[in-house]
Amino acid sequence: MTQSTLYAPQEPVFPRKVSGRFRNLKWWIMAITLGIYYITPWIRWDRGANLPDQAVLVDMANRRFYFFWIEIWPHEFYFVAGLLIMAGLGLFLFTSAMGRVWCGYTCPQTVWTDLFILVERWIEGDRNARVRLYNARWDLKKWRLRLFKWGIWLVIAVATGGAWVFYFTDAPTLLTNLLNFSAHPAAYITIAILTATTFLFGGFAREQICIYACPWPRIQAAMMDPDTITVAYREWRGEPRRHSAEVKDGAEQGDCIDCMACVNVCPVGIDIRDGQQMECITCALCIDACDDVMEKIGKPRGLIDYIALSDEPAERAGQPPTLVWKHILRPRTIFYTAIWGAIGVGLMYALFIRTDVELTVSPVRNPTYVLQSDGAVRNIYDVRLRNKTGDDRTFHLSLTSDEILRIDLEGADGLRTVQIPADTTILQRVYVTARANDPAATIAMTDLRLWVEDIDTNERASRNTTFNGRDQ
Amino acid sequence: MSDRKIDKETGVETTGHSWDGIEELNNPLPRWWLWTLYACVVWGIGYSIAYPAWPMISGATKGLLEYSTRGQVASDIAAHNAQNEGLVAELLAADLTTLAPTSDLHRYANARGSAVFKAQCSQCHGAGAAGAVGYPNLLDNDWLWGGDIENIVYTVNHGIRNDTDFDSRYSEMPAYDDIFENDEIAAVVEYVISLSSTEFDADLAEAGVDLFMDNCAACHGDEGLGNRDLGAPNLADAIWLYGGSRQTVEYTVRNARYGVMPAWGQRLSDEDVRAVSIYVHALGGGE
Ligand code: HEC
Ligand code: HEC
Repeated sequence: MTQSTLYAPQEPVFPRKVSGRFRNLKWWIMAITLGIYYITPWIRWDRGANLPDQAVLVDMANRRFYFFWIEIWPHEFYFVAGLLIMAGLGLFLFTSAMGRVWCGYTCPQTVWTDLFILVERWIEGDRNARVRLYNARWDLKKWRLRLFKWGIWLVIAVATGGAWVFYFTDAPTLLTNLLNFSAHPAAYITIAILTATTFLFGGFAREQICIYACPWPRIQAAMMDPDTITVAYREWRGEPRRHSAEVKDGAEQGDCIDCMACVNVCPVGIDIRDGQQMECITCALCIDACDDVMEKIGKPRGLIDYIALSDEPAERAGQPPTLVWKHILRPRTIFYTAIWGAIGVGLMYALFIRTDVELTVSPVRNPTYVLQSDGAVRNIYDVRLRNKTGDDRTFHLSLTSDEILRIDLEGADGLRTVQIPADTTILQRVYVTARANDPAATIAMTDLRLWVEDIDTNERASRNTTFNGRDQ
Repeated sequence: MSDRKIDKETGVETTGHSWDGIEELNNPLPRWWLWTLYACVVWGIGYSIAYPAWPMISGATKGLLEYSTRGQVASDIAAHNAQNEGLVAELLAADLTTLAPTSDLHRYANARGSAVFKAQCSQCHGAGAAGAVGYPNLLDNDWLWGGDIENIVYTVNHGIRNDTDFDSRYSEMPAYDDIFENDEIAAVVEYVISLSSTEFDADLAEAGVDLFMDNCAACHGDEGLGNRDLGAPNLADAIWLYGGSRQTVEYTVRNARYGVMPAWGQRLSDEDVRAVSIYVHALGGGE
């Protein structure tokens, strides 16, 4: 018995050019997603003199996230968390409704690989020419074509890594700094790493990433069920295919003429006619390829199609499939949509009730209160004041309570106002005092509300807290 | 091909290994995966040469880059100090009596002082500076030696009643156990209580007035309001350093007290003394 090999070389895949409605859709999606990725950092957005004018900016150094008119502070990170949860749920929703559409259309690995294959085809020709070149000796022509292709890939890869860093600091400044070699090493290192991964993943690893490295395909299996719309071959219509043993034995031939078009266009190198496979990213290019052939031989389209596997028995019996929307609208997808929507509405609500003036109050509880020499009782509060506007502001602090209490600010010289520079937060120590014989000093606890008001705009915010008396 | 075994069910080749009739399928890994493993091994070896790794008899190998987390912390601290050099120079030169509480320098000093306080002062004065019996509360508006910034800096620098600093704050209340008769002690204690409370024996307190004026007023003042030059506490207010019950006051009068604080000028840098003083001054009672 010979020892079988435990490791196999990567099977090269040479996807053939294809055209059709899904290919067109994919071109559009590629143009839009790449456009968004490369152009976004260059969009300007005027926020006044004190704030950056980049529309989308993740400002790590100053701990701010800017998205057009929205500015997120670190304590509002729940917005980002909420968006990530929505992205996750959205992925669940799309996967349970339509299978691996994310993989097939929008995953960066797919989009960039598609772009790299486009370049490859432009330089080396379509499938047959590429297979020939692959098998050819390393002569001058092969070197020339390969180096040219790798060069273009590298340019794309550098642009990809380069675009990434622009999201984290002012793009025009960084570009100048990058070009005269005065940018921070972190920028160059990030670009270098992303350039390398883009070049390797898009140019060479391709489907290997999806098959061996990416965990998402494994997780997705748990979200699909027989009602999920997915790319499949209508075997009951196609078989027995031409050249098969059955046909040779005189059986009537199915619609499949075994032209291999579906296999030749497949970017992951599988045969969809073998059924559902782990490797399939449902890019739908085999549908386009087969439809083209069916049209030419005068058969109905859809031998390979988006279908739900639960329709198979009906279709075998010659009945029409269930309507697509009936597959998509089912408790599972409705549930995903509902919680997705609920989180979205919650985030929108949180976004709209945000104020530019904010305070958080943490009562100092070590000690619970301070006795003054005249017997008065004082409580101390650490109040964090935030001025989220782009201008310096003056905030006035006050309190409301059923009992008589007095408010003082540390270091304010008897005033109750503080200056807060644009887009900053300060920690203000606040004293609330009850005179020795007033109820608040003697009873255990008094409710109070601390107010902060922007004296120019009269915008206000408040927080409830409590006051401790002597009677603990 | 002929002697390779193929699993009928899946059409996948098997390794030929079989346990109880169950055969192992062979879905080969891609070869680049193996190369990735080798690359990781090479990286691992390189890493263990460059960085501390292999345990030896006395400590681990140092690594060619001589990296250590301790060294990293030291250089981080050095970098941090270098960054603050300007502020420190400003802090040393500043006139603290006029330093604006909203200035950046004040904020810096306050933050620095807070750290010094947590490390050096909290064991006696409490993490929240609320004090304890014999250790004054630094949050209130009652001061033994003075609550303006200059007095605080002095107190912190030279300490109180210690014998290490010649300029330390000093005073000593006599112990009256041997000086007074028992009834005299009872009378003067009742008088002290009467200064801040409404519940006292008027006749007994009356009997203590002269004793107080003759013996105690020199330090505590005619009205018992205290004397900051001597660190003699105000006996007429709501705040007690050692306690205001008859028993505690009697103990204080019989045995006296001798609160000691170290001289921090001998232990901390000038900038730390200034910073912690600014912090204490901004806790609520600063004058
Ligand atoms: C070993 C205990 C101890 C430590 C540590 C200590 N103190 Fe004190 N401190 C005292 C005592 C005791 C007194 C009161 C002495 C007295 O009875 O007059 C005092 C008094 C003071 C006073 C004067 C209060 C007044 O009412 O005038 C200040 C200010 C002060 N401490 C600040 C500090 C600072 C700042 C530190 C840290 C750098 C510190 N102390 C560390 C024990 C300590
Ligand atoms: C030489 C000055 C001096 C004289 C005289 C003196 N005291 Fe004092 N007294 C002090 C000082 C100083 C303290 C604080 C001791 C310390 O902080 O450790 C003090 C503390 C006290 C306290 C404690 C206060 C508290 O807040 O807990 C009482 C009570 C007191 N004295 C009562 C008296 C009485 C009564 C007399 C007279 C019989 C008297 N003292 C005489 C200096 C004096």
